[in-house]
Amino acid sequence: MKQFEALTRKKDNQPVRYLIVDDSVFARKSLAKMIEAFGGTIAGEAGDGLTAITEYGRTSPDIVLMDITMPQMEGIEAVERIVRDHPEARIVMVSSVGYQDNILAALQKGARHFVQKPVKPDALYEIIRYVLSDEGVTAPA
Amino acid sequence: MKIDLIQPFISAVDTVLAETMETPVTIGGLNMQDEGYRKKGVAAMIAIKGAIEGRVILDVEPRAAARVANYLAGEDITLDAQATRETVCELANMVIGNAVTLLNDQGSTYKVYPPELITEEQLAKEGADTEATVLSFETQHGNVYMNIAMRYFRRRQRERNVVAAS
Repeated sequence: MKQFEALTRKKDNQPVRYLIVDDSVFARKSLAKMIEAFGGTIAGEAGDGLTAITEYGRTSPDIVLMDITMPQMEGIEAVERIVRDHPEARIVMVSSVGYQDNILAALQKGARHFVQKPVKPDALYEIIRYVLSDEGVTAPA
Repeated sequence: MKIDLIQPFISAVDTVLAETMETPVTIGGLNMQDEGYRKKGVAAMIAIKGAIEGRVILDVEPRAAARVANYLAGEDITLDAQATRETVCELANMVIGNAVTLLNDQGSTYKVYPPELITEEQLAKEGADTEATVLSFETQHGNVYMNIAMRYFRRRQRERNVVAAS
């Protein structure tokens, strides 16, 4: 996979920490590979929305990559609950279901952006850089 | 089944396979299937609910699954049985998600459910009383088959009403 210029946190120049939420192990592995190429580290993983909430509280990641269609609790509800407790949370939805109403619902609940699967690494990199650029997390210009 | 229901699925397969297999995709055939379906590789099923309801089965030859797995993993990997199943489920998720996105953007709302792997026995039962359309997609890295059984919810509701009244 293509290597990208590493995204680092402005406050301590450490690698960005990610929480990956997807019910597919393979999708999580795929995203982890991309994160590695972006110079990031995996703070945690979850296979459903409920676990994502717990993992967010446990790991306090810099950014969450969140699927929508998952068992137990779907991604949009998990976003709502995470953002309610952690308004600073930066969550990017990563889903194959990318219709307008779904994107709107996710954004209304507090997600910062949306990427449709299959994920192109270049697109995800740019979106992460954009989402993290607002508050103390930096990346090369 | 009306072509306007099938077209978004064809477009989605074309888009997703072209991206994940990095190769051109051609439609090898389109057949009606009214008996049990025999799978050709590893098959995953996704249920769809909304203005149209039904299910879609994505059946992927192992060679094609290996190609997709390499793309998703970002490197050449050795695919064991579990990884093959994971790959096919994720591919089904992407294809159906993209198709439903197209359907939703046409003005109706649909919900998709997580993919489930389906066995030969389940397929035989599934196809026994279901009228489905089977599309084959050919690539130089193996074939992918899509078995679609969808119907308009309104029609189903009318049929229920007729049964209830009789």
